Amino acid sequence: MAYGPHTTEDRARMLAAIGVDSIDALFADIPSSLRSSKLNLPPPESESELSVRLETMAGRNRVDLISFLGAGAYRHFTPAVVDQLLLRGEFYTAYTPYQPEISQGTLQTIYEYQSMMAELTGLDVVSASHYDGATATAEAALMTCRATHRERVLVSHSVHPHYRETIQTYFAGAALAADEIPLVAGGPADGTTDLAALERLLADTDRPVAGVVVANPSFLGLLEPMAEIGKLAHASGALFVAVVEPVSLAVLATPGEYGADIAAGDGQPLGIPLSYGGPYLGILACRDALVRGIPGRLVGMTTDVDGRRAFVMTLRAREQDIRREKAASNICTNQALCALAASIYLGAMGPHGLRDVAALGAARAAELEAALAAAGAPRLHPGPYLNEFTVRVPDAASVHARLIGRGILAGLPVARIMPGEPSLADALLVCATEITTSAEIAAFGAALHEELAGGVR
Amino acid sequence: MTVAGDRLGPTLFERSRPGRGGGKVPHPPKDALARIPGEYLRATGARLPEVSEPELTRHYVNLSQLNYAVDTGFYPLGSCTMKYNPKIDEWAARLNGFAALHPLAPDELAQGTLQLLWELEASLAEIGGMKAVTLQPAAGAQGELTGMLMVKAYHRHRGDTERTEVLVPDSSHGTNPATASMAGFKTVTIPSAADGGVDVQAFRAALGPRTAAIMITNPSTVGLFESRLCELLDAVHEVGALAYMDGANLNAIMGRFKPGEAGFDVMHINVHKTFSTPHGGGGPGAGPVGVGEKLLPFLPSPRVLREPDGRFRLEVPGERPDSIGRVRAFAGNTGVLVRAYAYIRAHGGLGLCEVSDDAVLAANYLKGRVADILDVPFARLCMHEFVASAATLKSATGIRTLDVAKRLIDYGFHPPTIYFPLTVEEALLIEPTETESLETLDAFVEALRCIVAEAHTDPDLLHSAPHDSPVRRLDETTAARQPNLRWRAMTGSQMPCPD
Repeated sequence: MAYGPHTTEDRARMLAAIGVDSIDALFADIPSSLRSSKLNLPPPESESELSVRLETMAGRNRVDLISFLGAGAYRHFTPAVVDQLLLRGEFYTAYTPYQPEISQGTLQTIYEYQSMMAELTGLDVVSASHYDGATATAEAALMTCRATHRERVLVSHSVHPHYRETIQTYFAGAALAADEIPLVAGGPADGTTDLAALERLLADTDRPVAGVVVANPSFLGLLEPMAEIGKLAHASGALFVAVVEPVSLAVLATPGEYGADIAAGDGQPLGIPLSYGGPYLGILACRDALVRGIPGRLVGMTTDVDGRRAFVMTLRAREQDIRREKAASNICTNQALCALAASIYLGAMGPHGLRDVAALGAARAAELEAALAAAGAPRLHPGPYLNEFTVRVPDAASVHARLIGRGILAGLPVARIMPGEPSLADALLVCATEITTSAEIAAFGAALHEELAGGVR
Repeated sequence: MTVAGDRLGPTLFERSRPGRGGGKVPHPPKDALARIPGEYLRATGARLPEVSEPELTRHYVNLSQLNYAVDTGFYPLGSCTMKYNPKIDEWAARLNGFAALHPLAPDELAQGTLQLLWELEASLAEIGGMKAVTLQPAAGAQGELTGMLMVKAYHRHRGDTERTEVLVPDSSHGTNPATASMAGFKTVTIPSAADGGVDVQAFRAALGPRTAAIMITNPSTVGLFESRLCELLDAVHEVGALAYMDGANLNAIMGRFKPGEAGFDVMHINVHKTFSTPHGGGGPGAGPVGVGEKLLPFLPSPRVLREPDGRFRLEVPGERPDSIGRVRAFAGNTGVLVRAYAYIRAHGGLGLCEVSDDAVLAANYLKGRVADILDVPFARLCMHEFVASAATLKSATGIRTLDVAKRLIDYGFHPPTIYFPLTVEEALLIEPTETESLETLDAFVEALRCIVAEAHTDPDLLHSAPHDSPVRRLDETTAARQPNLRWRAMTGSQMPCPD
């Protein structure tokens, strides 16, 4: 084995010390009827052979296209300092800081992460991390049920479909109900959460609502009337969960400002690579009043016996290793290294840099909107957006496929992820970020124009 | 409170000075946000730290140096498998073709990653003796939830809705009962037998028409192979329940025991323990779940499929109606799975078997030597880890496991897992892993020997340990009673004082 230290002589010494004559003898406790067949796996490869194999496999992915694809995972510029620092073995080969005396590095970085995320969300308490935006949202929804002793949440249809499906999976397990709030059809609020429908759903006193879950920006990129939604939720005794995108919080109203009780979202845009879906960063934040019900690790500031400032995991009585079946969640391993990446990213960008990232994305998106409209693909919905929006393209899926042939990844044909919805059948969800260039936008516009005009194939 | 001890630096917030840092991206046009109505915009800016890149770098490098890590020393944290992870696995996950691939990229653009995932599923199924594997769960605990939701779906699908109980031994990981609760089951805790193994009679007494499943960790959390497994699995299946295996300790048994072949219906695998992926200060990991025939229809969606023409694709929404659905967004913690794939390819079948062999060899060697110093409650051969106890030491000297653990820090070692499993008094769960040299293991034994001697001659030295760490024992009570979980706002350009 290339990575183990033991020589033949070491093994012999250890066997002799144990008092057995073979390694096989160490496995005597496995009943013979349960001994397995040999592992039928490919033979070992040297590091040099393996590196070629991996490079070849990675090369089979196409990441060279001009991309306008977002839909819950976003391309951003990551300063070089982020990965350089993340590769410190002292960070990435440590585990959960169970021994605080020799884990102050990890503990202080988590405390700083919690603090920065509290600033972004405008809330008080931030968990050390969850798996991703979808599971953080599901945990937020479960929190509302525990806090209110009610068994039903309302989730806007404009929340990311994967998040909605994850909530359904988690809620089926817990025998709780998650019902959908429909979207407005037509008019200036087309595609946003239907407030009148929400009011009707909340009025059903036989099935009181624990929490209302709405995303801002929504999956379709639209800005939602969060303050009004929060007021409606609170008027019926429900908690309000905002699903957020962290870069947008540099410029958009915060959950704290519009009265959300809990915020959930994915921190991937903060310096974490796309990596085909993970590892990402589940953000979960809440108001002070809910601190004892938030799942996941929390780090607090304290002192040591010499009076020095120090950090430690705290309020551990919520966690599975202490409370077992009564824990707030079963979460143990989290996404700490991704939270560290997000912290370093925020430190490198600073408040003005992060605002620039958000605002530049918005500027590029406006440019994109104009280019696509000129090419014959107008926006589908009229409401305000930040940097992601839908356009109407007849036969969106096949246009999308043909544009790949032209080197352009034209966002997401929404029907691929939300099938069977006539109002979205022709929708392409596209986004721009600070790394989208005017030249890329022009190339997309020109190629789309040719496709829609039935021009050069 | 001292703002900064001699080794702890200020927080990033305290380092902040207005006007420093940033400048990584171009400035946007002034009117970039003018098209968005004011009510949607943030009223006040986020008070994030403003630091220059050199300060930022020193901040994090200095913080990193306050950590103990596998890359700096021996980390025998039982149950967590803190072994050395080959650096090529880290390199592989960063290859641009893997790292820059969007999770919703059409299948035709993602053939490299889809092939890797498909092959990894097949390898893990082979290692676990399972019919199929889902790679979607983000961590072991989420794998458990995925597995138990499939158990629930299986019974419901058969119209068997009375099965509300899950049986777990009292030595189980806390995640097992917490998972059972999340999946809507009632946990029934079964005491362990005197030899540390499952008490089959006690299980038999609790098994019945209400039992949905048992959850068993094998090898167990005391590092023993469950020698009465056949009997237990038969009893479980006789009453129509399913058997879940917590695969946290799979690293002991590769090539020797395949849970699926033995009769387990479902298991999770902590790839960050058995295979590769450094633990990252708490994560990320990944928790693939293997299933036998019975649970196949209920696997989460989407699965990775190989078409007859050799191309790979993800299932489309609604393709497998009996699926429990998604347990997260997108395909999984793919970056972690790339590392696991690289590890498995580097080792091959024989190499993985050798990993387990060496892990078990090291644990038994260390156990034999530690038995001269501390109590070792279960005398028989162990698997990849073993439990020691300071119970005798405590009654002789008043020195507890906590004190021994803290003193180990002064000797340059990360302490083992302490006070777990709950079934052993003053427990230390010690897992040396296969990547530690004989010299390291011997040095650890010598440190323990010195500490036990100190317990008799100078107990105060242990009560007050550690002495040589960046900070000493912490006031955890105040931390919990008056939680300070975030830095409070800075005031102007003044360096703020913590309250």
